[in-house]
Amino acid sequence: MHSSVEAGCPALEVVNLSVGFDRMNVIERLSFEVAHGSALAIIGPNGAGKSVLAKALIGALPYAGTIRWEANTKLGYVPQKLDIERDLPITGSDFLRAKAAVACASPVDITNALGLVGLKMESVGKPIGALSGGQFQRLLVAAALIGHPTVLLLDEPTAGVDEPGQDTLNATLERLRKERGMTILFISHDLSVVYQHATNVLCLSRGRTCFGAPESVLTPKLLADLYGAPVAYHVHNDLRP
Amino acid sequence: MTFDPNTIALSIGAGAAAGLVGCFAVMRRMTLAADAISHIALPGIGLAILLRVHPILGGVAALLVGTLLVWGIENRTRLATETIIGVVFSTALAIGSLITSGDELIAALFGGVGHLTTLEATLGLMLSLGVVVFVVWQRHRLVLALVSPEIAHTTGINVRRLNLFFLLVFALTIALGLRYLGVLLVGSLVIIPAATAKRLARSLRGMLAISVAVSIASTTLGTWLSFALHRAPGSMIVLVAAGFFLLSLLRRSNR
Repeated sequence: MHSSVEAGCPALEVVNLSVGFDRMNVIERLSFEVAHGSALAIIGPNGAGKSVLAKALIGALPYAGTIRWEANTKLGYVPQKLDIERDLPITGSDFLRAKAAVACASPVDITNALGLVGLKMESVGKPIGALSGGQFQRLLVAAALIGHPTVLLLDEPTAGVDEPGQDTLNATLERLRKERGMTILFISHDLSVVYQHATNVLCLSRGRTCFGAPESVLTPKLLADLYGAPVAYHVHNDLRP
Repeated sequence: MTFDPNTIALSIGAGAAAGLVGCFAVMRRMTLAADAISHIALPGIGLAILLRVHPILGGVAALLVGTLLVWGIENRTRLATETIIGVVFSTALAIGSLITSGDELIAALFGGVGHLTTLEATLGLMLSLGVVVFVVWQRHRLVLALVSPEIAHTTGINVRRLNLFFLLVFALTIALGLRYLGVLLVGSLVIIPAATAKRLARSLRGMLAISVAVSIASTTLGTWLSFALHRAPGSMIVLVAAGFFLLSLLRRSNR
């Protein structure tokens, strides 16, 4: 992963990024910046390349162009829903202990991370395949928080989580951003959440991209162009900036 | 084969190694791969016999080369590992059966030949210890890469390198059992105890412990039975392991 040593640079700078498979680019010449302590929402229809972008950003996919993370960036990553065998005898504790051991974090970090995502100790004692979808997503977020990351990159972090759980997770991420200055990049299909929590929005749609503040990007016309159909979402007026 | 201290020591060492490696092989869904990879040893054994070198050395060399070949093709193409292993192992089996003949072929396929020297036992034990140390030392990295290669990657793990090391350790474990079980049966020593443990365990520690216990019980009990009943050790070891697996089926899944 590339990194810059210049002072005052953004948390992430992407210039002319192209990512593709079999000579066909899913993402083409994409450029954007993410400021320190901001929240970038990545939106777009299925197949637009959101997860591909996330994997390129973490360096798990080859790409052309420049991805420049600030020096000393520590990434916490939450992948899109994982296909885990139900009878896999690895408990949530095994998984968190593994993350803590590799990230050189202490057992206290595990307890803190579980507290932040609202997951109880007895839940993580179960095999991960036996956890509910919501519990598993929270476990992934807790794992991402272990090791004091400076940036969180989350691919649909609340998929499968019930509504109160979604509110808790979104509020936690907002608090981490504001209190710890953490930079957050998240992929979401929930435009209400995007409006509520994002500082900027990056939209991807089959070669077309847009970038800007939610008020300027999330217009009915732009969304209809993006998704190919009118899109409805709820704006929490009391939370609008 | 005589039931001497060397045999007992190596039974325990190889059993522990196979039990530990098998856990991650089963969880990584490499069940068929274990069987297939073991067949890659055959042309090496055949060549070693032709060149009058120790057959197991030839088997180990072939396994290591085969593993590197599988890893290399996997990283350069987008073919599934199972497909690559399938092609490589069939080719290896064809070459192996061409250059190995008669009794030697039967011995290579089913194992249990000759007397175990102290040097062989010492080398086998050192290899077993290396495999055990690798799995215990790397277990956290293996768990992360198993759950999500991307999470492993962002935690600073070189997943490609870890996969290569695991495949090499896996091949060495197969090599450890070649002497007793032969090319056809050695894969089952890696897979059956771990599959039994997967049914019974509720945590990683539990799975590793049960798998090692079943594996050591299978190798020692199987070797003793083969000595007592004058039968080939490979078949007896696999039958004992299969017996443990059948017993595990009696436990109703409560997940």
